[in-house]
Amino acid sequence: MTTISNASSGVIGQPMLRREDPKLLSGEARFTDDLKIPGALWIGLVRSPFANAKIISIDTQDAKASPGIVAVYVASDLQSQWAGPIPSAWQVTPDMKSPAHYPLASGKANYVGDPVAVVVGNSPSEVADAVALVDVSYEELPAVVDLEEALTDANVIHEELGTNKCYVWELNPNPQGIEDAFKSAAHVVKERYIQQRLIPAAMEPRSVAVVPSPMGGDYTLYSATQIPHILKVMTALTVGISESKIRVIAPSVGGGFGSKLDVYPEELLCLALARKHKVPVRWTEERTEGAQATIQGRGQVQYIELAADKDGKLLGVRADIIADMGGYQQLITAGVPLLGAFLYHGAYHTPTYAFKCTGVYTNKTPTDAYRGAGRPEATYAIERAMDSLAKAAGVDPAEIRRRNFIPTESFPYNSPAGLVFDSGNYGPNLDQALAAVGYDALRAEQEKRRAEGSTKHLGIGLSFFVEMCGLAPSRVLASLNYAAGGWESATVRILPTSKVQVVTGTAPHGQGHETVWSMIVADKLGISVDDIEVLHSDTSIAPHGMDTYGSRSLSVGGSAIHIATERVLEKAQKIAAHLLEASEDDLEYQGGTFSVKGSPDKTMPLAAIAFEAFTAHNLPDGVEPNLEASTTWDPPNFTFPFGSHIAVVEVDEETGKVDLLRYMAVDDCGPRVNPMIVEGQIHGGLAQGIGQALYEEAVYDSAGNLLNATFADYLLPSAAELPTFELGNTVTPSPTNPLGVKGIGEAGAIASPPAVMNAVVDALSHIGTIQIEMPASPERVWKAIQAVRA
Amino acid sequence: MKVSMTVNGKSVSRDVEPRTLLVHFIREDLALTGTNVGCDTSSCGACTVLINGESVKSCTTLAVQADGADVMTIEGMANEDGTLHPIQKAFQENHGLQCGFCTPGMVMASYSLIKENDHLDEKAVREGLEGNLCRCTGYHNIVKSVLAAASEMGA
Repeated sequence: MTTISNASSGVIGQPMLRREDPKLLSGEARFTDDLKIPGALWIGLVRSPFANAKIISIDTQDAKASPGIVAVYVASDLQSQWAGPIPSAWQVTPDMKSPAHYPLASGKANYVGDPVAVVVGNSPSEVADAVALVDVSYEELPAVVDLEEALTDANVIHEELGTNKCYVWELNPNPQGIEDAFKSAAHVVKERYIQQRLIPAAMEPRSVAVVPSPMGGDYTLYSATQIPHILKVMTALTVGISESKIRVIAPSVGGGFGSKLDVYPEELLCLALARKHKVPVRWTEERTEGAQATIQGRGQVQYIELAADKDGKLLGVRADIIADMGGYQQLITAGVPLLGAFLYHGAYHTPTYAFKCTGVYTNKTPTDAYRGAGRPEATYAIERAMDSLAKAAGVDPAEIRRRNFIPTESFPYNSPAGLVFDSGNYGPNLDQALAAVGYDALRAEQEKRRAEGSTKHLGIGLSFFVEMCGLAPSRVLASLNYAAGGWESATVRILPTSKVQVVTGTAPHGQGHETVWSMIVADKLGISVDDIEVLHSDTSIAPHGMDTYGSRSLSVGGSAIHIATERVLEKAQKIAAHLLEASEDDLEYQGGTFSVKGSPDKTMPLAAIAFEAFTAHNLPDGVEPNLEASTTWDPPNFTFPFGSHIAVVEVDEETGKVDLLRYMAVDDCGPRVNPMIVEGQIHGGLAQGIGQALYEEAVYDSAGNLLNATFADYLLPSAAELPTFELGNTVTPSPTNPLGVKGIGEAGAIASPPAVMNAVVDALSHIGTIQIEMPASPERVWKAIQAVRA
Repeated sequence: MKVSMTVNGKSVSRDVEPRTLLVHFIREDLALTGTNVGCDTSSCGACTVLINGESVKSCTTLAVQADGADVMTIEGMANEDGTLHPIQKAFQENHGLQCGFCTPGMVMASYSLIKENDHLDEKAVREGLEGNLCRCTGYHNIVKSVLAAASEMGA
């Protein structure tokens, strides 16, 4: 019997074109703002122009009198609407300090963009006009912007907390051992890096619309969200409406990258005001507004120390980071840096390891998950520090990595931070990347340019990353004090008409789940993908789910679909055996049809079995009608994808300009269900990571003003800045899920910042060791060159 | 004010506020929601449409400026029989889209890029699409898509 459910018909591994595309390409797809909702009121937020200010008074009279305006509310008007504050799901330590956070600030505004009043009106333009008429009187306080200054508590943002320090989270399993390691080390590397704040900038701005049911009592909440299921639970708790009365639908969602993995004031306001006004209420973010009102990513000061013996082999790794929370907690703000807590030793074996993170409040937009969430930060620190170690030990960057790789025979590897790395085979992956990029030839070219006295220097930067994906084993989340589990659910249902419905708890927003989930089912059932429909992102259709983030959807959600399909097939086999009057063990299954071994004329297609299961006229004893199976799968472990990334840059010594000439990525995410989509995910991640390395930074002045809130000022990479990417792959299956898959959504953004920055530093290594932070703008590079020459 | 224009081959005429942007006219008055608004500084190009055959960011254009013009949006790109235009087809075949939000603008910008250039190469495509931002694809497959479409269309 197991032979049947283990069958594969070769669909997995094909670069199948996406079924999502025709609608998106023809303008038929509907994003939240596209929905036509007659009679809807629009809301607009009055936002604080100050980073830290007491709200003295709010005069709403003129706004209320403005044409088309229905109501204007301040915090006190709506306090009775809330059953609880905006949820924070990650209390990382028992004594973590969190300020009360409601959709409208009362008493005090804590970042530029903090909403202090909401205007409700008939159209977006009338609402925008009235927002400008709300007169708020503030008493401005000194802004707390710098993380290390914030920790001095010279100015405390939230008086009731008594400190800006949010939490200290420590992992130090062997304190004496790591002290000894650093004492006995031949080489010690100490580095300080800045993880600048980034604006996620999903191309679709956030948007929400809440429609009360015409029968009363129920609400449909449409949102540009990555988390319809989590949003349903959280809005129910926060607005005080029974969970069964809220239906959340995520229509087409235009990218997320973590920024739509949240519960936002505007979602809560639309729901509460739809209840209050008994009509649909909606809101769509403006881009410049979103730069302040949507979470930002990263925001850390990192201290990392490596201890190594005379050959450069690691004896200890110690990381001490300060993480910027911003003005408040959002959904998983506090926990994001801890997703990197276990990875500051990277792909390298170290006998001792310690990690400490201090979370701190500042007067800036709250931070939260952004593509990679904690893992890009960890990877950046260790991969840049490994280059410094290579220099200290006098060996090539590739060689220092090879010497320290976790040996292939050590997997599953018990990491010094307490994780079990599922599988890995690092050396061959690095060798493949070095060969593919022509590493030796590039080094020769670098030397040649230097010998010729060129002012355009070639830099070659390596980054070897390992990350943890497949969030997450629920028991591990419990040990981290996360407030939910990490499972995923799936239902596979073969309808009487023989069409197959797949219901998933994942919530795609560009990843192509409809295509890939149908491939997993088609592969197992031996039927056409065209006969399979994937239903998702509607909590009435897919009631259970943990949604899409953390490179989890394939390894957790895809595994659930795989298992549910196996169960359907097992049930079908029982029915087939009964109808064909054969033993289950005597059946074969191929191309969607059961047959009896040795009797090729005795066959029964899956479609016929589905119909028999529907009529239930002749089912074997003990077999229930209908052909359907559901499962909820909780992964036993994280998955640990890895890979070698190599950036080749040209740095113009005279202008400081960095040109990315080539980028080679050899990723290992296990078997690839749809290699075309895997490569697309890598491309996109690379662009974001390269953006972090060279172009992007949310810049705040000392008063807490975001200076580059528009797309005209915040430099998202365009096609003109990026090269054609060169990709390779190795395949090391994960033993912890039935598909062997590992996850690829974040890898590009994790691996690329240190590859690019190591290349920039490498390009100038003959001049000196430059000190440079991201983004490596021409000005910064030029100044760094002048600094080493001075 | 009254504005009249041809949109996707059909004559339309509406009364609008003078401040109405073309993109809002298209999305709200004509209910053609394929054209998207991705920013407020004319930087992202999600709102790109064709006006008299040339690609224009419809968020930078007032509806009244397009009075009398021939406008084409993404909804007008497919062939009469509903099959995809070669550019749309190339985007699907080369995985030139993921979330799809920038895609309508990207397709329209590509259309005029291909029409206006006889010999497109990778560099020309990358520079030609500089005004259209995508956060999902890293542009790798968009560039492939446009080159494939250009070749198909005989550019």
